[in-house]
Amino acid sequence: MKYIDEFRNSQVAKKLIENIQRKINPERKYNLMEFCGGHTHAIHRYGINQILPANIKLIHGPGCPVCVLPIPRIDQAIWLANQPDVILCSYADMLRVPGDKQDSLLKAKARGAQIQIVYSVLDALEIAKNQSDKMIIFFAIGFETTTPPTAHAILEAKKMGLDNFKVFCNHVLTPVAMTAILDDNEVNIDGFIGPSHVSIIVGSDAYREVAQEYQKPVVIAGFEPLDVLQSIEYLIDLINENKPDIINQYTRAVNPEGNLKAQEIIARVLEKRQQFSWRGLGQIAKSGLKIRQEYAHFDAEVYYNLPEFQSDDVKSCECPQILRGIKEPKDCKLFGKACTPENPMGACMVSSEGACAAAFQYSLISR
Amino acid sequence: MKINYKGNIDLTIGAGGRAMNQLIHDLMLAEFDNEFLAQQGDQAILPPANGKLAFSTDSYVVSPLFFNGGDIGSLAINGTVNDLAAGGATPLYIAAGFIIEEGFPLAQLREIVKSMAKAAKTANVKIVTGDTKVVEKGKGDGIFINTSGIGVVENDWVATSPQTDDLVIINGAIGDHGMAIMSKRQGLNFASDISSDCAALNSLIASLAPYQKHIRIMRDPTRGGVSAVLNEWATFYNCSFEIDEEKLLVNESVRGLSEILGFDPLHIANEGKVMLVVAKDYADEICSLMKNHPLGQESRIIAKVNPASQVKVSMKTLFGGLRRVDWLNGEQLPRIC
Amino acid sequence: MCLAIPTQIIELLDNQMAITSLSGVKKEISLALLMDEVKIGDYVIVHAGYALNRLDEDDARKTLAYFAELLNEENYNEIH
Repeated sequence: MKYIDEFRNSQVAKKLIENIQRKINPERKYNLMEFCGGHTHAIHRYGINQILPANIKLIHGPGCPVCVLPIPRIDQAIWLANQPDVILCSYADMLRVPGDKQDSLLKAKARGAQIQIVYSVLDALEIAKNQSDKMIIFFAIGFETTTPPTAHAILEAKKMGLDNFKVFCNHVLTPVAMTAILDDNEVNIDGFIGPSHVSIIVGSDAYREVAQEYQKPVVIAGFEPLDVLQSIEYLIDLINENKPDIINQYTRAVNPEGNLKAQEIIARVLEKRQQFSWRGLGQIAKSGLKIRQEYAHFDAEVYYNLPEFQSDDVKSCECPQILRGIKEPKDCKLFGKACTPENPMGACMVSSEGACAAAFQYSLISR
Repeated sequence: MKINYKGNIDLTIGAGGRAMNQLIHDLMLAEFDNEFLAQQGDQAILPPANGKLAFSTDSYVVSPLFFNGGDIGSLAINGTVNDLAAGGATPLYIAAGFIIEEGFPLAQLREIVKSMAKAAKTANVKIVTGDTKVVEKGKGDGIFINTSGIGVVENDWVATSPQTDDLVIINGAIGDHGMAIMSKRQGLNFASDISSDCAALNSLIASLAPYQKHIRIMRDPTRGGVSAVLNEWATFYNCSFEIDEEKLLVNESVRGLSEILGFDPLHIANEGKVMLVVAKDYADEICSLMKNHPLGQESRIIAKVNPASQVKVSMKTLFGGLRRVDWLNGEQLPRIC
Repeated sequence: MCLAIPTQIIELLDNQMAITSLSGVKKEISLALLMDEVKIGDYVIVHAGYALNRLDEDDARKTLAYFAELLNEENYNEIH
């Protein structure tokens, strides 16, 4: 696989590890947060965390949109799926995510709700075109990577006059969440391994605030294991030199200003919400997107009088601390016992990219 | 009167009268043709067997029904043949039960039955008894097939516990079947040349007879893939396994689709693979012998047996790290993140 | 998050659509988000049915050249 396999070479990995070993100051700890679940996944899948020097600690951040979607939004999606003549189209990632009382879209489907797994929002549009007697609701989730497709689909729906297509919009923003984590005094992060594909859209300059205001270096890293290792090497350099800069390792895909066309499409269709709640992190101002008034016709939240649901995260769950890097999965007493990938209690166990799920699935710690 | 294969299964056929009788006679009896089926009883009377009996059943509900490299018919025969063969048995007889939904195209039924007949012939087993039921529209998904099989364990081979340092062999690439199905799944719309590995393994397994006493256990890694088999064995036999990622063979297009959908080939179903735990000193010889068989050309040692451990199955990654290989959690669903 | 992979454009279709291939797995995707014109043979990074960007092959080669340097090899692709 061109442009994939070359970035998985184990000999190069050894050299990069040697570089990292040579560069680290053995007297100190390096707390690096990989914001993205994609990096979390790569780190565990290739066992990168075990081949790094012990004083480099990788903290798995909240960059998994499946994990951080709050329970009431899942409950609303289930509610929507239960409305008459509705087909709820969803990325498969969302199907097992538990809402209130461990209910989920998968269980709603088993009870008879019409829920269709789609790989792309384009598939949902296609269903809307072909089934005009049904209301097709697309359950839109994700960071800036998944947002432009949703916005584009709404524009397409308008162009085609597809009245039976609605979007339940849950898109959230990455740089805001990074600063929200850094606002917590307890958090101890020396630098960020920055998102790969989110950065294709937002550009590497989007992390200026993190670097300048919060004085944290950010290295935008590709998702392949050599990308991750090379980015860690760059981060160690920046931390050692005390330089809170932004370095773009993922130059083959990311540029400073990002994908301006995608940004324009997002801005045309969506706008920031005053507040959006994150599972495990709570309310974060201006961290979520909703559909603009102009496109309200396609907004499921407007079309259906969506009831508000109240339910809190599980109390003894340590996700808030784990997402901020204050605790590790094994520090949570629910981990691997009451909380497993089959029966997740908290955000970090929900998707295979969550910190706890990755630790449960891949790591050798006891459970 | 001839059956019109341009038509569909209807409830007249399902009523068990003349129409059903004609279908069974003209299609199933003709295609499966053998002396036991020809008795046309409600049972097949079979000759005495020379050894312990192995008996297995499995139901096939695959969607889509036809895929690259096979269909529900060949799958239903090979699946049960393999379940018997992996127990050390020589598969002999198969019973086939069809549950068909009203409206199912007769042409497709004919195709499936022909495919079963061909697979049975290749595997050298006889379909000796069967049953056909029709359910109302909406109460089935086209067609379901159950097959049960009887085999005979001629040399009294029995599975024994793996020993520390034993090695695990598999006869080739993993994940072909599951990905052939997945790429054809409705709603995903991928085009690929991925072909199911669906095949009967009994002749490959039979060719290993000279090394029988060095083979501890065998299993065909179907649903849940290689990881499910190793986790099951580790739990049951109280040992652990360490896979060497470098040794795993995954075909290029299977790797590609796995990347796109976020799947781990270790979790993906196979229908023509057998995994064997063998004594270390004979592993190379057994592997070489397997390579002589058409279904074993890519045979390789992929894992070793370690003493029981809290981590039941681990894998040495290409990077030299070690990671846990867990069971698949629930159904494998395509990920976008 | 965000499973996205480089795939090669093998056919351009109407309505800003294209067919891409990764190791023989083909999928129809949308080019509607791309800033640049793309042509057959280009690599694009695809996520959830949309190309997010054209992969810059020159930049990719620079990264790979650095890897080759680490190994003291002239051509990285050959050692791979």
